[in-house]
Amino acid sequence: MTSLLSIFPLFPVEASQQARQIDELYVALVIIASIFTAIIFVCLAYFAVRYRKGSRANREMRHPENLKLEIAWTVIPLIISAGIYVWSAKLFFDLHVAPKNAIEIYVVAKQWMWKIEHPEGNREINALHIPVGIPVKLVMTSQDVIHSFYVPAFRVKQDVLPDRYTTEWFLPTKVGTYHLFCAEYCGTGHASMIGTVYVMDQADYQQWLAGKSGEVPLATSGEDLFQHFACSTCHQLNDMGRGPSLYGLFGSMVRLQNGQRVIADQSYIRNSIYDPGDQVVAGYRAIMPTFRKQIDPDQMAALIEYIKTLGAPAKPAKGTKQ
Amino acid sequence: MADHSQAAHAHQFDDIKQQHEADSLGMWVFLTTEILFFGALFLCYGIYRHAYPDAFASASHYMDVILGGINTAVLLGSSLTVVLAVHAAQHGERKRLLVFLVMTIVLGCVFLGIKGLEYSHKFAEHLVPGVDFQYAGPQPGAAEIYFVLYFVMTGIHALHLLIGIGIMTWLAVGASRNRYGPDYYAPVEVSGLYWHFVDIIWIFLYPMIYLIHVYR
Amino acid sequence: MKMEQNVDYLNVAYGPRSWLLSTDHKRIAILYMISITFFFFVGGFFALLMRLELLTPQGDLVAAHTYNELFSMHGITMIFFFLIPSIPAVLGNFLVPLMIGARDLAFPKLNLLSWYLYIIGGIFTLTAMITGGVDTGWTFYTPLSTAYSTTNVIPVVTGIFILGFSSILTGVNFIITIHKMRAPGLTWFRLPLFIWAQYATSIIIVLATPVIAITLLLLIVERVFGVGIFNPALGGDPLLFQHLFWFYSHPAVYIMVLPSMGVVSELITCFARKRIFGYYFMAAAIMAIAALGFLVWGHHMFVSGQSVYASMVFSALSYFVAVPSAIKVFNWLATLYKGSISFHTPLLYAFGFIGLFTIGGLTGLFLAALAVDVHVTDTYFVVAHFHYIMVGGAVMGYLGGIHYWWPKITGRLYPEGWAKFSALVLFVGFNLTFFPQFILGYLGMPRRYHVYPPEFQVLNVLSTAGATILGIGYLIPFTYLIWSLRRGKHAGPNPWNATGLEWTTSSPPPQHNFDKTPIVTEGPYAYPPFEKTEVVHGGS
Repeated sequence: MTSLLSIFPLFPVEASQQARQIDELYVALVIIASIFTAIIFVCLAYFAVRYRKGSRANREMRHPENLKLEIAWTVIPLIISAGIYVWSAKLFFDLHVAPKNAIEIYVVAKQWMWKIEHPEGNREINALHIPVGIPVKLVMTSQDVIHSFYVPAFRVKQDVLPDRYTTEWFLPTKVGTYHLFCAEYCGTGHASMIGTVYVMDQADYQQWLAGKSGEVPLATSGEDLFQHFACSTCHQLNDMGRGPSLYGLFGSMVRLQNGQRVIADQSYIRNSIYDPGDQVVAGYRAIMPTFRKQIDPDQMAALIEYIKTLGAPAKPAKGTKQ
Repeated sequence: MADHSQAAHAHQFDDIKQQHEADSLGMWVFLTTEILFFGALFLCYGIYRHAYPDAFASASHYMDVILGGINTAVLLGSSLTVVLAVHAAQHGERKRLLVFLVMTIVLGCVFLGIKGLEYSHKFAEHLVPGVDFQYAGPQPGAAEIYFVLYFVMTGIHALHLLIGIGIMTWLAVGASRNRYGPDYYAPVEVSGLYWHFVDIIWIFLYPMIYLIHVYR
Repeated sequence: MKMEQNVDYLNVAYGPRSWLLSTDHKRIAILYMISITFFFFVGGFFALLMRLELLTPQGDLVAAHTYNELFSMHGITMIFFFLIPSIPAVLGNFLVPLMIGARDLAFPKLNLLSWYLYIIGGIFTLTAMITGGVDTGWTFYTPLSTAYSTTNVIPVVTGIFILGFSSILTGVNFIITIHKMRAPGLTWFRLPLFIWAQYATSIIIVLATPVIAITLLLLIVERVFGVGIFNPALGGDPLLFQHLFWFYSHPAVYIMVLPSMGVVSELITCFARKRIFGYYFMAAAIMAIAALGFLVWGHHMFVSGQSVYASMVFSALSYFVAVPSAIKVFNWLATLYKGSISFHTPLLYAFGFIGLFTIGGLTGLFLAALAVDVHVTDTYFVVAHFHYIMVGGAVMGYLGGIHYWWPKITGRLYPEGWAKFSALVLFVGFNLTFFPQFILGYLGMPRRYHVYPPEFQVLNVLSTAGATILGIGYLIPFTYLIWSLRRGKHAGPNPWNATGLEWTTSSPPPQHNFDKTPIVTEGPYAYPPFEKTEVVHGGS
């Protein structure tokens, strides 16, 4: 069987932790679908032959209507569907939140290529080098139309939209090279917007990271940008500035002017820099200008990585002015 | 056309009663499609208004509440004349039917005239999206969406009203030839339904678009 | 033997004006039949070129941009100008009045207007396709379609917009006709299931089509005026476009398949000579599919960026909508049980429908399964799924209906030998084309790709081989059906000995359908019970 599958593969290689889980669900679905298909085809063929005109079959109809049968074949598919639904919904839900220890790598999609930015500063085009055994979370945005980052071997796919971040994560379990495809039609070069994912031993990965000379870690570029744009004019070490302190901000809960509470994740920071009037922090005024025209997606990634490095100060009470 | 008020009916129907019921149901089903049609626009409006409440409120300052209010009164008045026209047709009062139809047409044209005036003001103030749009207030992107929705929603409404005026004109021609009476007034009735629908759409449009800044 | 020339709707008047200005529902049905057949072959031609390109992993037959136009135009032509009108505008127009004992539809002039709107929309779109094409996909996702594509988006979208009104008029006409013009004694629960199917389809048309109309209108406004309703660069939301688009386009698939289900019920009952099993459940299932079909559109958007919770709700509802379809399949099988089955061509198509719709429908469960969908959405798995339903299902149902009612429509019989042969060719060609695509999809081949990694080639070659057989298969009925118009045997009023009011009038029917309005005294499919000898020992 396995040798047949190697000539006529029915599955891509299972190279991530979720690949196995999704394949299990898929195989279950194939089995259920095959059983029902078989039942229906066999019934069809059998009835066609047995009850063909002129055949010597008993056609006495004892029960021209049969409510029990109707209910049975309504309820049974419903139960099977419910079972599949619960299984798949649970898997989907569990998979939608990345583990806390995931490496975060930035992806910027544009017609028709993938730009990858590692926090260490390494940049790649149409290629993604990652270590085996460590979860990876991609933080993705598009510079133009909607794209989709698809790695069949990992069984993951996520649309990449302009003007927002979408994320996907996976835990690679097998060293190797795998296809990367754009899976949302994006214009002339859609079919060429492909690449390769390289899953490496952790040691090889560290070597690769170090190997590219002159790469500046994203956070360092971010710090340069922070100074270039004079963010600390308003965002000071404490909350006494015109804007809230950014120390310890990343990942914390922020209270907004309208009473809402949000987590300060990548999207929050991006939003605050591009559309500062949208989510004003409680206790502050909406005076921050927009930096939409000055900061491109690459620079945004760097700034976010820098802000991540800003640890919590000794003082309490983030997000509210004294 | 000859006097058709004596129960002559189209060949596919068995009698005039069946034809009248079919015409009536037909108009109601058609109006349902219109509800979905405008409904999708109202949905878009609702979504963006929820997303950009301040921009929408400040953009609505540029709406002429007075002209819009006059138009609301004009349309409500025209719905009254339509009701009176249907009533006249039902009771065989042919002259009154013609008068009320003409009044409806006139009021409809007044509405369109005022609308045209408003549109010309917007052109002069550079508030037509895509045509040298210049908005001085905050969040110009959101304000532009407001104006796009304003023009599309009121524009489609005006188109429906124009079609309604056409229908009323055709009815008026028929009325002048004594086409409608107690035995045959379905066209007047179903056209009236259409006119009321167009009026109701405006009743929603006016406060939603014009009056945000008044009550917010 | 030459039959006496009765006056029927075909020979009552001759000449182009008598056809192009006819308000006779039967003639309008023929006008539609010719038009949609034309667009079917246009769309099929695009598909042929696509499959030829896909024989090799490289892009060697057409340029990338051309391929993108081909798949876009294939989708637009097939969905809007073939599938959506097909059964309703051809078989529905012809049969709804006949099946309910009426002389015509409620609004014959609107019916003719609907055909003209179809033609105008078709001309717009076809002209736009010829003079530059469109490369956005039939889905027109923004901001690609509004701010990036440089092709003839606006005229194509305008053509579809106009077509929407054609569709709405048909829907309105059917609803009023079925409500108000049934013959005396024809209560709702005595209606043939074909009528129930047309009724439910018409309700979907009426409620869903206006939404796509507005969506396309806003798309045109955005593109013409450079504004940002759906463009995030200008403050808009591309996901809003997707929600609005799929709110129509999901119910649209039920517009395409429900009428076919209605046809299958007519075919199974006639050729098994038996009442339908579970009539009330069948009618209820039709209405349930129509209603539930409005609640599941978000299953096209599981990886779009919509919230996880929304996805979970849409997935659950998608499982619900599968259940009434399953009920229908089981009821058809139960109708065959203890029937007396004769294998005329229409029944072969009905069998094809049941088998292929089953596979297509079951693969829908794969797509509704959230975690699996993440892997297979936007791949050839989806392409295979919807072609199983649309081609294996809807088109087979359409062809079955065309063959079944051909004698009624034309007064001629088609050649049974050739018909059976081509049904078989189509079945084989279809499966060879589309089954490999399920495998391709799970292996990871994305859709809308004209170049692909070499390991996908074998399956692509199989698929193209199948497509060639399929293409030839469609040409055979096209040929013999036209041939039969002059050379086919004349048909009597009821060559199948079927129940149903349409069979009580001549073939072809007179212009006014019935000499006297029929009076209905029993339910549908009132086939006589089998004789005792036939019941126990098999018939003579």
